[in-house]
Amino acid sequence: MAEIKDPLMPVIGVITDVRIDTPDIKTFRVVTPDGKKAFDHRPGQCAMLSIPGVGEAMFSITSSPTNTEYMEFSIKKCGCVTEWLHQAEVGQQLTIRGPYGKPFPVDDVFAGNNLLFIAGGVGLAPLRSVINYCRHYRDRYGKIDIVYGSRSKDDLLDYQEIINEWATDAGVNVHLTIDREQEGWDGHVGFVPNYVKELGFTTDKIAVLCGPPIMIKFTLNGLYELGFDKTQIYTTLELRMKCGIGKCGRCNVGSKYVCKDGPVFRFDELDELPDEY
Amino acid sequence: MYRISTQSLNTLFEEISRVCTLYIPSENKKGDSVYTRYETGVEYSNKLNTVRSPKDFFFPQMENLMEFKTEGKTVQLIDIREETEDFVVFGVRPCDVKSFEVLDNVFLNEPVDTYYKNRREHGVIISLACNRPAETCFCGTFGIDAAKPEGDVSAWMTEGYLHLKPNTEKGEKLVSAISGILEECDDTAVTALQENINNIMKKLPLANVTTEKFGGGKTEEFFNAPEWAALSESCLGCGTCTFVCPTCQCYDIKDFNTGKGVIRYRCWDSCMYSEFTKMAHGNNRLSQKERFRQRFMHKLVYYPENNNGLFSCVGCGRCLAKCPISMNIVKVMKTLGGKDNG
Repeated sequence: MAEIKDPLMPVIGVITDVRIDTPDIKTFRVVTPDGKKAFDHRPGQCAMLSIPGVGEAMFSITSSPTNTEYMEFSIKKCGCVTEWLHQAEVGQQLTIRGPYGKPFPVDDVFAGNNLLFIAGGVGLAPLRSVINYCRHYRDRYGKIDIVYGSRSKDDLLDYQEIINEWATDAGVNVHLTIDREQEGWDGHVGFVPNYVKELGFTTDKIAVLCGPPIMIKFTLNGLYELGFDKTQIYTTLELRMKCGIGKCGRCNVGSKYVCKDGPVFRFDELDELPDEY
Repeated sequence: MYRISTQSLNTLFEEISRVCTLYIPSENKKGDSVYTRYETGVEYSNKLNTVRSPKDFFFPQMENLMEFKTEGKTVQLIDIREETEDFVVFGVRPCDVKSFEVLDNVFLNEPVDTYYKNRREHGVIISLACNRPAETCFCGTFGIDAAKPEGDVSAWMTEGYLHLKPNTEKGEKLVSAISGILEECDDTAVTALQENINNIMKKLPLANVTTEKFGGGKTEEFFNAPEWAALSESCLGCGTCTFVCPTCQCYDIKDFNTGKGVIRYRCWDSCMYSEFTKMAHGNNRLSQKERFRQRFMHKLVYYPENNNGLFSCVGCGRCLAKCPISMNIVKVMKTLGGKDNG
C-alpha cells in the first residue's frame, strides 16, 4: 500500500525567503528541498502547511500559478501555527500538501470581462494569486480595478508590488485606502465599503471580494446599491479545516464542504447555504 | 446455505481463528457486550448490540498516520503505513453492516483514505440477524431489514443452529476454508425465523417513524425551524452520541511530540464540541443549538443530499440508550417530521 500516496500525507517544503509585509503579516516563499515548486495550483486554491509538533493549517496560495519557480503564502500572526511560522527563518523545513479547493473561474467566466477586485487587510492574500494571473494573461481580460484598504499604510500587504507593478500596468486601476489619516499618506482615507460606493463602479464587470466578514457585508450592500447582481460577485471563504478533502467534517456548511466545494463561491451559491460561515 | 449446531459455536470460532484473527461480541466485567479478540475461553455474547459500534475496526478511535523526525531546521517524513492482516468480525447486526456503506461513501470516495481502505479490504464481516430487536431499534425507518443482514457472510441463529450464507468473494473464501465443520442445508428454518423477526419489527414502538419529511434539498425547510431551540436546550455537548454512533465520522488530526520525534495521529472528533469549528478569527457555530442542529441536519439532510438519498443514520438505537439527557434522533425526527411521524 506504500505505493499509493494518502491524501493526508504531505511533502517536505523549505522556506527560501521571508518578507516582512506589515507588523503582523509575513510572506513566505516555499519550494521542495530540491528547489522545485511542490505542486501546480489554480488561482484561489489553498495548501495545508504544517510544522510537525505544532500543527497543520490551511492557507491560500498567494502567488500566481504562472510563477513556476515557487509558491508564496502571506500569513497573518493569529494562532499557534502562524506564530511559529512568524519566528521561522530561511532554510526552515515544513510540510506542505495540496492544492485544495475550487479555484476562481479565471479561464471561463472571468475571460473577456472587466474585473473589480475588492480586498481588506490580509484578504488581499488569496486575491493576489488571481490578480497576478490576470495581469500575466492581460489580453484575456478587460479593464481591471483593484480597491484595497487596510487599517494604516503600514498594514497594506504587498505595498511595493502594488505601487511598482500593478499601478503601472496599462488598463489596471489601483484604488488604495486606509482607515484613518496618517502622516506621509496622501491617498484616500476611509473604509473600503464607502470607498467602493464613492468610486461608483459601473456594473459591466465581475467583482471579487475578500476581507473581514464585516467588510464583506457592507461592501456587498454597496455593490447591490450600484446595481450589481449576486451572480456577478465572487468571494472566498475561510473555515477551520483538518483534512482538506471533505472528510473530517469541520468545514461542512449545508451540503457543501468549504475545502473541496469552495473556498471560492459566487454570492448566489452562498445564498443557498445556511448562514453558518 | 450452510449450518453448524449452536452447541459447536466455539468450534466454529476456533476454526475461523485458525484462518485469521477473529473478533466476537463478548461480555466484559461490567456485563456490556464488546467486540473481543477471540481466543479459547472467550464466550460469545448474544446481547443485541455491542456498546461501541464496529466502526472501530475500519475507523479506529485513534490511529497513527505518519511520523516526523526534526533536527535543526530539517524535517523528515516517515510513512508508517503497513498492510493490515486479514481479520473476521462475527455477529455484526444489520444496522451496523449498513453503517459501513455510510462510512465507505466518505472514506472511499476520491481522494481515497488509504488507512480506511486498507482495513476495509482485509476485514471480513459475518453479520447476524436480530432475533429479538429491542424497543430502541428503528433500522426499518432507514429501509434496513433486521431479518436479512448483509455483509460478506450472512448469519441467522435458529433453534439449535447457526446458518451461514456467503454473499461476497471474501465470504465464499472464508466459508470454504471452514467448510469441514459445516453442513449444507436448505433455508426452511431461516425463512421461518425471518417471518418471526418481521412480525416483531412491525410491533416495535418506533416502527412507524419515517424519513418521509427528510432528505436532500430540505435545508431551507428545516434549518431555521424554531423547534431546534427546545430540542437542543438540555444538550450537554458531551459528544456521547457521536462516539457511540456507527456513522459519525468527523475527525481531528493532531501531533504528539514523543521527545524523539513527532507522531501525527487521527482521532474521532465531534461536531457537538465547541472547539470543533473554533479558529483564530472566530467560531461559526457559537451556541450548542447550532452544533446540535449541525449533527442532525447532516444526518437527515446534508448527507443524503450528497449520497443519493442514503441517510447517515441506521437506527441502531445506541444514542437512544446512551444520551445522558435522553435526547436523540428519533425525538428530532418526530418533532420536525410532524405529529404523524411515529
